[in-house]
Amino acid sequence: MSDRSSMRTPLGRVRNLGSSHSGTKDFWRQRLTAVAMTLLIVPVIVIMLMLVGRNQAGASQILGSLPIAIILLLFIVASTWHMKIGMQVVIEDYVHNEKLKLASVMANNFFCIAVALASIYAILKLSSGV
Amino acid sequence: MADFVLPKNSRITGGKTWPKPAGATETREFRVYRWNPDDGKNPSVDTYHVDINDCGPMVLDGLIWIKNHIDPTLTFRRSCREGVCGSCAMNIDGQNTLACTKSMHDVGAGGAVKVNPLPHQPVVKDLVPDLTNFYAQYASIEPWLKTTTPTPQKEWKQSHEDREKLDGLYECILCACCSTSCPSYWWNSDRFLGPAALLQATRWVTDSRDEATGERLDNLEDPFRLYRCHTIMNCAKACPKGLNPSQAIAELKLKMVERQI
Repeated sequence: MSDRSSMRTPLGRVRNLGSSHSGTKDFWRQRLTAVAMTLLIVPVIVIMLMLVGRNQAGASQILGSLPIAIILLLFIVASTWHMKIGMQVVIEDYVHNEKLKLASVMANNFFCIAVALASIYAILKLSSGV
Repeated sequence: MADFVLPKNSRITGGKTWPKPAGATETREFRVYRWNPDDGKNPSVDTYHVDINDCGPMVLDGLIWIKNHIDPTLTFRRSCREGVCGSCAMNIDGQNTLACTKSMHDVGAGGAVKVNPLPHQPVVKDLVPDLTNFYAQYASIEPWLKTTTPTPQKEWKQSHEDREKLDGLYECILCACCSTSCPSYWWNSDRFLGPAALLQATRWVTDSRDEATGERLDNLEDPFRLYRCHTIMNCAKACPKGLNPSQAIAELKLKMVERQI
């Protein structure tokens, strides 16, 4: 809640810094990645079941198939992107201290990018059989 | 962080139980939030017994009966007593609604009727919330026809089909039941416009006679002003006029996407 003891007019407080003219891209991407994950989740579960009980060589063999590797890569991109937007929404909802909010959004970005890159690296490594 | 507990001076402590009215054969218990800015005390919940054979059927009738017969200091807003003015919006048995259209027989399952002010707004006194911010948010969406074309001699014309698009939007009475039922509005009411103002924004964005649609959308396109709505639909459940602000907000979001993709 903004400082109600300020002598600024109520309308001035509501207008504040004005509209940022943004938010729609994240809104659209959140839905885009949600639909992508809905389409990908069944193939991903099938691939996971195929991998159960296999050693690294067996996993490499399965992930060596181009369609399988691409399905997993798409799922990683969609899910980490969705995770990043979702967590940012939660932070914006509840963290009101500006500095803490910026730090949290930054940490969220770093974490999601790190998870995405580590997962992509693992899939590429296994699928190339290195 | 968002505040999840009330400040110390806003916590409810104690409350007075007023004696039952003499000679009443059938009474209904009312537990009413009380706070007086002048006595420096915390809010309390007072218990009253209303003679239901001497009183109308609605919760507002009960409150007026209390004010007339038991405690003239009980403070609340009311005017039209028929669901048109929106003055008597309050939280009755955990649900934001209008006291004048809510029958006391439909709440509390025969037990006490619990009456509180609209949630998460500063209280002026007893059941009267300070809606200054709410009204400023309504003003910020500029709720009037904006045109550049010179005003026609007779009137701005609108087809029957275009007029029908405003049904479900224009009926809002600005009682604030929806906005004050929305958790996103509780946490971010300084930046999120809330369901009532956004429903009205949709009303003007949808109006075929308006020539400032893009400008209106520009003004709304913001992660806080618009996108704090996560469509949990408390607003639609609370609206005493049966409107659906979350659907109106979804239409706004759709228009935002439409003009970008």
